[in-house]
Amino acid sequence: MLLLNFFRSSIGLKIIMALTGLALFGFTVGHMVGNLQIFLPKEHINAYAAFLQSQKELLWGVRIGLLVMVVLHIWAAIKLTAMNAAARPVGYNDPGKSATKATLASRTMIVSGVIVLIFIIFHILHFTVGSVQPQFYGLHDEAGRHDVYRMVIEGFRNPFISGFYVISVVLLGFHLSHGLSSMFRSVGLTSPAWRKPQELFAAAFSGIIVVGMAIVPIAIVIRLINPTF
Amino acid sequence: MKITLRIWRQKNASAPGGFDEFPMDHISEDMSFLEVLDQVNEKLITDGKEPVAFDHDCREGICGTCSMMIDGTAHGPDKGVTACQTHMRTFADNSIITVEPWRAKAFPLIKDLVVDRSAFDRIIQAGGFVSVNTGGTPDANAIPISKVDADAAMDAAACIGCGACVAACKNGSPMLFVSAKVGQLARLPQGKTERYARVLNMVEAMEKEGFGSCTNTNSCEAVCPKEISASFIGALNREYFIATLKGKPVESAAGGG
Ligand code: HEM
Ligand code: FES
Repeated sequence: MLLLNFFRSSIGLKIIMALTGLALFGFTVGHMVGNLQIFLPKEHINAYAAFLQSQKELLWGVRIGLLVMVVLHIWAAIKLTAMNAAARPVGYNDPGKSATKATLASRTMIVSGVIVLIFIIFHILHFTVGSVQPQFYGLHDEAGRHDVYRMVIEGFRNPFISGFYVISVVLLGFHLSHGLSSMFRSVGLTSPAWRKPQELFAAAFSGIIVVGMAIVPIAIVIRLINPTF
Repeated sequence: MKITLRIWRQKNASAPGGFDEFPMDHISEDMSFLEVLDQVNEKLITDGKEPVAFDHDCREGICGTCSMMIDGTAHGPDKGVTACQTHMRTFADNSIITVEPWRAKAFPLIKDLVVDRSAFDRIIQAGGFVSVNTGGTPDANAIPISKVDADAAMDAAACIGCGACVAACKNGSPMLFVSAKVGQLARLPQGKTERYARVLNMVEAMEKEGFGSCTNTNSCEAVCPKEISASFIGALNREYFIATLKGKPVESAAGGG
């Protein structure tokens, strides 16, 4: 009963939101580091991808885990957003001004979140399912491995695709610039002394994610990485 | 100085409302904001019209009654003060000042700028009692309490329950208020005995009132006339989590108020 109350309360939902958000963030950092292998010779990222594909149990464990995290995160987001929208039936004369000192990122979490969700779906269709640019998907390298290197590079040479990735990643960074400091408070792991360091952590890591992720499509579209196939 | 007040007028909760403009001349910079509202009302009364209803009592920033949005900011643009402590020198000459009531489902409008904030009273009631010894006046320092805890409890105790945190929050969340009350009593020896039941009951009461949830935007602490830190909200979340793990100790004693 008490536990049920907890998960129904706004505080419980925020704790779910924070923990699932943290898990997604952890994955994002790992993913970013993996992506940066695009700057190395093609053997590296193709071998890495082949290694991941060979660990079927692990791969599907992580995929299912991430799916559960995303679903819980969005479920809590929808419940809380509906609750918040209902809490002020009659608005202010100037609603933007009345939310004193609230950052733009903190006021638009649901917007940045929904765009990130659209991006995640597009991204899975693009590089995991292969249905966005099927002409670059089924290729293999000399060693007979899935040619991820070529798929990524040919894909990002399209400025619309790389542009969409860059915009989405900036919005993810925007989402995290608030989320990563908010989560400490949501789970209660904060104090006045820790507040500034945690805000710095959020600013630093959202910046690192944006740079580390966006640099790949940018480097390819400006032909900084420019192999011939 | 010369100013124009644009005040929200609404006869009752179900009547339609709208802004009325009141141009005011010969306003002294040293007048308080409420004194200007008094002048508006004197004029309205002389003209045989209905005066603007607004809440006020102490007029020195301690009772928390004077609830109003002044130019989009709860309690007006001055930091760390209530509406009654706001002076006209804060505003530029010839400015148009918009005055609105707190907007929240949990604070239903009664008339003009007056809203019903008894939701806060019900949350306080749900907090129950504090165990203290009766009898003679206790000796000073008979109960040891660390300076850190005493200071933090004192900071939280500054809350006057005005509702500005709810009013400013984009989600209409009362978490700064609840966290101040929980934070104050959980830190003091006199309140520690019931701390876990208290936080569970107060949060349960809070959820029933139709407030929004906290998304840590920090608007609350920016407008709080007592400048209570939003870090108390983190402590409330922690307290609530631990209390959930511990379970409710005395189911009925502290429950319900
Ligand atoms: C890679 C994907 C994502 C990551 C890494 C992520 C991360 C986070 C983090 C760390 C938080 C902070 C939790 C807290 O405030 O305590 C958060 C909050 C939030 N997220 Fe996400 N999120 C992601 C995707 C999404 C999506 C797809 C949505 C929307 C459908 C979404 C909506 C929200 C909302 C509404 C909040 C609460 C905002 C607030 O606390 O002010 N997020 N997210
Ligand atoms: S009238 Fe008491 S605080 Fe303003």
